[in-house]
Amino acid sequence: MVKEIERAGLPVVHMCTVIPISLTVGANRIVPTVAIPYPLGNPELTAEKEKALRRQLVIAGLQALETPVDGQKVFEQ
Amino acid sequence: MAERKFRVVHYLNQFFGQVGGEDKANIPPEARDGALGPGMGLKAALGPEAEIVGTVICGDGYFAENIETATAQTMELVKKFNPDLVVAGPAFNAGRYGTACGAVCVAAQEQLKIPALTAMFAENPGVDLYKKELYIVATGDSAASMRQALPKMAALMLKLLRGESIGHPDEEGYIARGIRKNIIADKPGAARAVDMLVAKVKGEPFTSELPMPKFDRVAPNPPIKDMTQATIALVTSGGIVPSSNPDRIEASSATKFGKYNIAGVDDLTSEAYETAHGGYDPTYANNDPDRVVPLDVLRDLEREGKIAQVFDYFYSTVGNGTSVANSAQFGAEIAQDLKEAGVDAVLLTST
Repeated sequence: MVKEIERAGLPVVHMCTVIPISLTVGANRIVPTVAIPYPLGNPELTAEKEKALRRQLVIAGLQALETPVDGQKVFEQ
Repeated sequence: MAERKFRVVHYLNQFFGQVGGEDKANIPPEARDGALGPGMGLKAALGPEAEIVGTVICGDGYFAENIETATAQTMELVKKFNPDLVVAGPAFNAGRYGTACGAVCVAAQEQLKIPALTAMFAENPGVDLYKKELYIVATGDSAASMRQALPKMAALMLKLLRGESIGHPDEEGYIARGIRKNIIADKPGAARAVDMLVAKVKGEPFTSELPMPKFDRVAPNPPIKDMTQATIALVTSGGIVPSSNPDRIEASSATKFGKYNIAGVDDLTSEAYETAHGGYDPTYANNDPDRVVPLDVLRDLEREGKIAQVFDYFYSTVGNGTSVANSAQFGAEIAQDLKEAGVDAVLLTST
């Protein structure tokens, strides 16, 4: 889906956990996330800390969308 | 004099290793003596020449989330069995499992210098990741094809163990690795090329000797210049849907996506939303769907003026064994919609 959205001309960031798969499939902007069942969360944290973590990851995603890239780039946190 | 049997170690995930389902997807590697689960069928297919001396089991989630560590831990256990060959799977269309099977087999080849073999469906992400380095037997897309997969695996395993030469992918049943092998042909290349061209011009069937590789990379789009002016849309393959899944998006092999109005919604709550995705432990997403589709945080950023607005709709499908063809179609339709609506950029989350 990421590639088709990119192909249509919209910048898109893939927020996912298994980075090798995202790279092989061909996403360009990639932000690694926490875990498969909770990519933008962490049930081991308090609700407050979890939301702060989610905010951090979403901001990373938005920053990736603001960053020019030549090809594939993994925006490590 | 009885010849020593070949020693095989089998890698399985937590489900085929009979430990549990998604609730046990986070278990680290553990070892068992002998064969279990599909290993029993594989043992029968191998016959007297080889035995499965041990099985190593690891949770699919644990492996996919910690590929390097899990590979190292698995290899520690594999080594103890002193194998002549490592076999992993079959993984069918399970993406995390296929990735793990590939990683384990590559490690066995590199670290133990022994042959390795795995098996999975052609669209499994593990294929594109590892086909150049491994023999991957082609299977159907589900465990319904187990019966057909095991004998093909056993036959290729025995050839590898005996050191016999491995033939063409179509003959041996493995996925083409893209390796070119020089052979003496009956006619010179120029004559074969002309034959092929004549057939093509006449509209007769012909088979390319080398399938043209499909390079499907899409160039990245220019970045957003001013995020405070941007409309951002949320799209997910994590299967978040309104409670009761009104559009009946399938838990795996999705044939559709949903488009859901979130105008005025600040937060995806467990009462109003759930996950339809059958390929990961749903507990955490069901308790707080924002963990997969981060609407709560995006709304905060919208309120703070960091983005102009969150698009009024989010799009969702289930990326569990969903075919490449369907996924591409969903992506294209969603993209059209977003463009027509004037969306500037997309956050696409996956599980």
